Amino acid sequence: MKDRLRITDYGLPITDYRLRITFCGLLLTLLFFTAGVVVAQTGEVTDDEVNAVAKDLFCPVCESTPLDVCPTKACADWRELIRTQLAEGKTRTEIHDYFARQYGDGVLADPPKRGFSLILWALPVIGVAIGGVLFVRYVRNLRREGDVVAATAVVPANPSPASAASVPQPATPLEASGDYVSRVEEELLARK
Amino acid sequence: MTDTMKVSEIEPTELAPAMETTGKRGIRWTAVAMWAVALGVLALLGWGLIKANAPRPEVGEVAPNFTVEFFTGYEWQGESSVALDDLRGKVVVLNFWASWCVECRYEADVLENASRQYAPDEVVFLGVAYADVEPNSLAYMQEFGVSYPHAPDLGTRISNSYEITGVPETFVIGPDGKIVYVHIGPINQTTLNRVIAQAMEGGS
Repeated sequence: MKDRLRITDYGLPITDYRLRITFCGLLLTLLFFTAGVVVAQTGEVTDDEVNAVAKDLFCPVCESTPLDVCPTKACADWRELIRTQLAEGKTRTEIHDYFARQYGDGVLADPPKRGFSLILWALPVIGVAIGGVLFVRYVRNLRREGDVVAATAVVPANPSPASAASVPQPATPLEASGDYVSRVEEELLARK
Repeated sequence: MTDTMKVSEIEPTELAPAMETTGKRGIRWTAVAMWAVALGVLALLGWGLIKANAPRPEVGEVAPNFTVEFFTGYEWQGESSVALDDLRGKVVVLNFWASWCVECRYEADVLENASRQYAPDEVVFLGVAYADVEPNSLAYMQEFGVSYPHAPDLGTRISNSYEITGVPETFVIGPDGKIVYVHIGPINQTTLNRVIAQAMEGGS
């Protein structure tokens, strides 16, 4: 039983290799997490963390090049500023707001939802709304045209007041749709 | 088919009330509203594009006005901010620079020497740090012993209104507020003295 490690065996040599491996594994895991805590406490910010914020920013000097991959000195300075602000505990949004205030909204990859840029966000919604209204109107017109055709077929010669009330009405004045009516009549005659 | 009648035989008066109830007036207003929205959006877009692509101010034109908030320690006559219009009656040497700009270093001493050469109430030197990080701007100014007023280009509004092509770039503005001279790249002492003298004489 001397090979068994008990909790009370602190300081005694561990002879079971499986227990040694387990012990070393636990020690390494502990060191790993402890190191992470130490890095966080000392405010060290990794390049990945900096680039995660920088990728949605553009320096005005190098147009069309995201800040995380821009090789110029100006962009390197900006990335260092992001690193400093992250170390100070600022959030991604706060950093983006700072850059927009300091260097203009043009540095943001996504235009802000304010001022003139708001139009860019609203434009698709307005476009869809107008498209929807046009589509509904188009469908209604199609229905009314269909109703005119149906009316030609069912209107009695001497309609009673009740049946006259049920006659679907064309969408446009007859005077204005004379050509259309003529064509409907021609088609009906051709079917006879 | 004897009991049917042609559509054209229906009295228009029979259809009139029905047509009114189709909401023709409502449709018209919908169309007007849609056109109004579309034209409004287009007008705003056009205005934005015109504003964004304003032409670069040329020599002889009135320099675009702006307001700057100076770096601490680099104010103008104790004022923490100033508008260009407040400097009417004086020659203004407006210089765009950045700490990351290598060529700006070639002219830093030239501008500093010139700023000491002229009376502050006659010629105002104004440095504007473009797309720069404040600690680096301050370090740059300390490095070159700059003493004249300096300010960051907040929101890159000044550089946008002057449509600068890069840094360094210098605009010399006459006492009447008109641009006398534009220099792209590092400026030298001879050129600077010549254009300041020209601006003081009131010639553009």
